[in-house]
Amino acid sequence: MSTSNKPVKTSARPGRTLVVLALVMLALLATVLITGATAVRLGLDLRGGTSVTLQPRIAPGENGKVTTEAIDQAVSIIRQRVNSLGVAESEVAAQGSGTNRQIIISIPGDTGRRVVELVGQTAELRFRQVLATAPGTASAAPTDPAATPAAAVTPELNAQFAALDCTKPENLQGTGSDNADSAIIACDRNGGAKYILDKAEVLGRQVSKATAGIDQQGGNAWYVSLVFNDEGTKAFGDITARVTSLPTPQNQVAIVLDGLVVSAPRINEAIPSGNAQITGSFSQVEAQDLANVLKYGALPLAFDRGEVQQVSPTLGADQLNAGLLAGFLGLALVLLYSLLYYRGLGVVSVGSLLVAGGLVYLLFLLLGKWIGFTLTLAGIAGAIVAIGITADSFIVYFERIRDEVREGRSLRSAVETGWVRARRTIIVADFVSIIAAVLLYFFAVGGVRGFAFTLGLTTLVDLLVVFAFTKPLTTYLARLNFYSSGHALSGVSPKSLGALSHATKEA
Amino acid sequence: MSKFSGLGGRLHSGETSIDFIGKRRRWYALSGLLIIASIAALSLQGLHLGIEFKGGASYTVTKAGSTVAQAESALTAAGITGENIVQLVGNDKVRIQTGSLANDKSNALQDSLASTFGVSVDSIDTQIIGPSWGKEITRKALYGLIGFIAVVMLYLAMAFEPKMAVAAIVAVIHDVFITVGIYALVGFDVTPATVIGFLTILGYSLYDTVVVFDKVRENTRSVTATSKMTYSQAANLAVNQTLVRSANTSIMALLPVGSILFVGAGLLGAGTLKDLSLALFIGLATGAYSSIFIATPLLAVMREREPAMQALAKRVNARGGSPVLATTGAPLSDGGSEKRGPRNQPKRKGRK
Repeated sequence: MSTSNKPVKTSARPGRTLVVLALVMLALLATVLITGATAVRLGLDLRGGTSVTLQPRIAPGENGKVTTEAIDQAVSIIRQRVNSLGVAESEVAAQGSGTNRQIIISIPGDTGRRVVELVGQTAELRFRQVLATAPGTASAAPTDPAATPAAAVTPELNAQFAALDCTKPENLQGTGSDNADSAIIACDRNGGAKYILDKAEVLGRQVSKATAGIDQQGGNAWYVSLVFNDEGTKAFGDITARVTSLPTPQNQVAIVLDGLVVSAPRINEAIPSGNAQITGSFSQVEAQDLANVLKYGALPLAFDRGEVQQVSPTLGADQLNAGLLAGFLGLALVLLYSLLYYRGLGVVSVGSLLVAGGLVYLLFLLLGKWIGFTLTLAGIAGAIVAIGITADSFIVYFERIRDEVREGRSLRSAVETGWVRARRTIIVADFVSIIAAVLLYFFAVGGVRGFAFTLGLTTLVDLLVVFAFTKPLTTYLARLNFYSSGHALSGVSPKSLGALSHATKEA
Repeated sequence: MSKFSGLGGRLHSGETSIDFIGKRRRWYALSGLLIIASIAALSLQGLHLGIEFKGGASYTVTKAGSTVAQAESALTAAGITGENIVQLVGNDKVRIQTGSLANDKSNALQDSLASTFGVSVDSIDTQIIGPSWGKEITRKALYGLIGFIAVVMLYLAMAFEPKMAVAAIVAVIHDVFITVGIYALVGFDVTPATVIGFLTILGYSLYDTVVVFDKVRENTRSVTATSKMTYSQAANLAVNQTLVRSANTSIMALLPVGSILFVGAGLLGAGTLKDLSLALFIGLATGAYSSIFIATPLLAVMREREPAMQALAKRVNARGGSPVLATTGAPLSDGGSEKRGPRNQPKRKGRK
């Protein structure tokens, strides 16, 4: 124990570090006020709402592999369906990696049942002949197609068609409920047009390849080329041969994904070869988008409901209150214990915990704004559990200081030498906590993530507070007479700690 | 309190010394028994898995004066038979758990509950778990466990020494076993929140061990140079010196977890908070135990097998022992071939 007594550098300016920390906290507070992030974003389990976790997989009886691209496609299909509900703050996100990704849908409020039914439908790409078309708005009276209805169009369908208003968001919701075997009405994906479509004749799974390309000779126009498999070649050959001689719009074949028309190209000639090209005034993005829809939409994806959780606002409020109560109770008990046990030093731990709490709260506010962090019940639990870890950093340090005092050092010297030793322990121990939090975050599903996130965040805050607040404050206090003279209530009194005198120890 | 501080001083100087390492077989035996009991409980009773793992649905109706009979009549009205669990939660909630239900059945039950209890459908808290979901989260939890152990072992081996990493991980596995065993024995529900708790225990238990090992390393750094103590004696002193910290840490960690448990179980009745904090509470207690009684003795035994440490033990012994005595180096049943340190002090305890 004969390490040198030379002062450690950090002790020189305890005040400066404290001022810097205060400035950082003020800056965070200012950012909070400026960005208007004045409320912590609460998870659905704390404010009520429905969350659905879907696991995409191949529809029963189909072959194929779920690819990452197919899941991306699925996410955008689901997002489209959920947005159609028009509930503010609805979220659709993919979680996890590769083909094991889940789709998490969160919708606040009381829409539970509708959501569950809406998102669970299978999405499939289909080719249908256009029977009639009109601008996207509802028309008071049936327009011209009514004069020449195709054979398959019933008067009911025609009336529905007339009433269909594609500018309304609920009509732009995709549903997999469109029946493949009958004629349907559908909106254009952008809401600009509406269609009456014949039964599906070619299915997405019959497309084997789709690519976007650029025509070097024909004025650099973008096009999409399609290759069908054997089944598809025949079906597509049949439909093109039949419609090509019909008048507009019945010579168009609509590509329908999830009940919405993605594109409705005119068929210029019968295509028996199974190789088709869709040309038009595509931009590069449009062409690639269409090719992607054709390629990945080809897979009929079904959505397994992994978990559906519907929390009423009442229960949400109960859980929030319980979480807050547990937090305050836990914090109060820890503060009380550290004051009782560490006396004067307990003041440092009270201050440190309060600073850490303030920092965590500010970060919750800002992260909610910046990365959409939401606080869930599991997250609150993580933060409460972290109170213990944070308090432990102080305990490690305080016990080290006391050990040094027992060795016969003066308090001012003990605060520095104890810090050098405690610092290492705190860093290693906190690092293990952070490893745990990171791994929990990446391997876990659902609520676990919230827990891991707050646990990791609070551990980082703990490191910051110990270095930038606890240590400087202790250095500062060690200069006060109350502590350095070893007052009985200071928590570092050599007498009550059972310190050895210099003479006996250094023998 | 001040008396306790005095104890801290005596523990630090070695004046009061509890012989953790010398009596390790006692603790090994205790832990061995607990682990055997855990395995027995696991294989005989198994874990009581929540619906999240086996698939199913759970409906909670909040209405004062709800009865189990009402809920059962609602189940019958919806035509749902089979193994359903109906229980009262708190004083104004009734919870119905069923097996996996198709969407239409689930809707029928919600409607039936709403009309029986006179509440709106939207106010029924519902959780529906698909049958394949449990496999998914079990698999993920398992990957998390394996990944965690591998990464932490690597980190500890780098930050400390490989043998410390081994001892720390053995202690962690010990904790998980015993915690799982208690769950099997008592029949607490295992939910995803419980699994989070289990995984967090790993972090906690290691954290505790890390702090003890840090002191062990400090005490043993120059142990071969001074020849005052054997490795085991130095390690034992370290455990004693960090004892007050370990006790305080455990108390400070248990206080917030205890308040979550109190609020979660007492006020909410059941759910995430209760499941999580119960697992943590049990795990924290075993974690504190294992870092002192399992991890450090194990480390000492492993290090004592090294030739350098055996030579040290001989030197210390030749000097007639040290002021801090511990019955170290007692031959292990499986490693008795080599000559060991103090041969003449099989039963001596600490000085006081």
